[in-house]
Amino acid sequence: MAETPSPPAVRFLTQTGKTLFSLALTFLGLLVVTFIIARVVPVDPVTAILGERATGAQIAEMRARLGLDDPLWQQFGIYLWDVVHGDLGTSIRTRDPVLAEVGRYFPATLELSTLATIIGVLIGVPAGVLAATRPGSIFDQVTRLFGLIGYSMPVFWLGLMGLLLFYGHLGWVGGPGRLDSAYDMMFDFKVPAVTHMILIDTALAGEWAMWRNAVSHIVLPAGILAWLSMAYISRMTRSFMMNEMGQEYITTARVKGMPERRVIWVHGLRNTMVPLITVIALSYAYLLEGAVLTETIFAWPGIGRYITDALLIGDMPAVLGGTIVVGCVYIGLNMVSDILYRLADPRAR
Amino acid sequence: MTLTEWLLDPNPKSRAQSRAGQAWLQWLRFRRNPLAMLGLFITVALVLLALFAPWLAPYDPTAQELANRLQPPLTTGHLMGTDDFGRDILSRVLWGSRTTLYIVGLVIVTAPVAGLIIGTVAGYFGGWVDAVLMRITDIFLAFPKLILALALVAVLGKGMENAVLAIALTSWPPYARVARAETLTVRNSDYIAATLLQGASSARIIWGHIMPMCLPSVIIRVTLDMAGIILTAAGLGFLGLGVQPPDAEWGVMISAGRKFLFEQWWVATMPGLAIFTVSLGFNLMGDGLRDVLDPKGAR
Repeated sequence: MAETPSPPAVRFLTQTGKTLFSLALTFLGLLVVTFIIARVVPVDPVTAILGERATGAQIAEMRARLGLDDPLWQQFGIYLWDVVHGDLGTSIRTRDPVLAEVGRYFPATLELSTLATIIGVLIGVPAGVLAATRPGSIFDQVTRLFGLIGYSMPVFWLGLMGLLLFYGHLGWVGGPGRLDSAYDMMFDFKVPAVTHMILIDTALAGEWAMWRNAVSHIVLPAGILAWLSMAYISRMTRSFMMNEMGQEYITTARVKGMPERRVIWVHGLRNTMVPLITVIALSYAYLLEGAVLTETIFAWPGIGRYITDALLIGDMPAVLGGTIVVGCVYIGLNMVSDILYRLADPRAR
Repeated sequence: MTLTEWLLDPNPKSRAQSRAGQAWLQWLRFRRNPLAMLGLFITVALVLLALFAPWLAPYDPTAQELANRLQPPLTTGHLMGTDDFGRDILSRVLWGSRTTLYIVGLVIVTAPVAGLIIGTVAGYFGGWVDAVLMRITDIFLAFPKLILALALVAVLGKGMENAVLAIALTSWPPYARVARAETLTVRNSDYIAATLLQGASSARIIWGHIMPMCLPSVIIRVTLDMAGIILTAAGLGFLGLGVQPPDAEWGVMISAGRKFLFEQWWVATMPGLAIFTVSLGFNLMGDGLRDVLDPKGAR
């Protein structure tokens, strides 16, 4: 459109603006889908609140109060307004605002998936790089097989087997839950809830015995999720790195007599960082949602377990509120990776 | 002329001969990959076991024998032991393969087709059609898959058919993306223009000239996705939202074995091994197939 190429900063801003616009649209779509689900669900919200024995007048009054008699577009408008203002409705089970409940549950998921992603990156990236520099070697084959096994493992079964072996037989790690029950009872008195993340809160309170206990509980679920994320990250790193090592600048660097280690870890890896950001963000987002089954196995009070528990008793506001929050985190992570991608890759600016 | 000579004839007499020759060459390349062959073997074995489950299973999968409950593996008559109702686990695993195959089959004949149609239409027409369809695709991609499937099952009710529907509804977007990308690369080709000049309708061009070009990439994705479908279906069953007991399904069986994991480990372990083996098989086969069929790898 413009005859003179606009400066990079301006182009960056317009690109970011476009991204934000499409994100807003996606967010709107997310709400449309949850709204439709909430409307077609067979659980009648009025009966859910009033119970089976309400009189006709009570039902009519509740319908009017909930706005169920308004036209659909108007209901959607109110829904949109509420969600944007942080009102995700009230849980039928506990009668607490869903947003507040999600705020209590989400940090546990965040803690678990963050730890898993960190382990996954720390092992996955070097493994992928080493595999790419020795394609076909034993190391390459083993990494590939290890990754394939990770991909093929039903995560809930892996969790059970992990508990069976490391908790039941060897006693190396703590069992389900975030703490042993003895510590669990003391937790609320001794540790002020700052972040709701147990490792951080206990460390801030200086409760090191409790912290060690929390570590022994988080190691197994985090390790299992880390295997999944490592499988994906190492595979992608390998393929990006293979691509990079065939480039001419690598040959140039070698011809100049640069040590091979520097060629690989500085020149090659630096250029694979750009697409790797997207991969890591994707796997992080996947873990946030993939934690649903792991949380069920490990009795981990996170968002996935919150949603499934609510689902089993038909608490739809909680299910949909949780879904919206997870969806938003998902969208947000995609946006961050998109922006980081543009910042890291000069060609994309 | 032997069959091999006919297949490898550099001057094929018909289109069918050239196609068969191509397929033969691809098979030769696939055969060289031992891991891919292992995957193929597992898949074929799954299909055969599922087909012949009624004859192979030593017991009725739902027959209870309470006197014989929770027998460990390798007990006489019960190779994999029995569960808490005294049902033979081997028989249940064998019958479970039918459920698994049925779910995977239903999902892979629906989701990829829907994605293929949406992607090719969006890519061929472009403009606002493309914008609208791709926006919808993005919205579905933005949803965490398992959680959307959970919410859908909550709305539709528990059960296998609804689990299939929920998995299909959450797995079409990647196919639409792939199909659209392929469509964009062929849309402006001369052969499309030539067909257009002959007066072919849009539907005919999409159906007869664009979709076949998208098929290889979509098929690769399908084989790679099959493992994921199994895992999701088993996950839904495990959470009690998919297949309902007493039907034999691997996820449900694991969930039932969870109660006495530490005392009777085999009840949860055996069906999990089955899921793992089959999903590994699909992954290995998909990997091998991609190496053979991927246009980027071949050229």
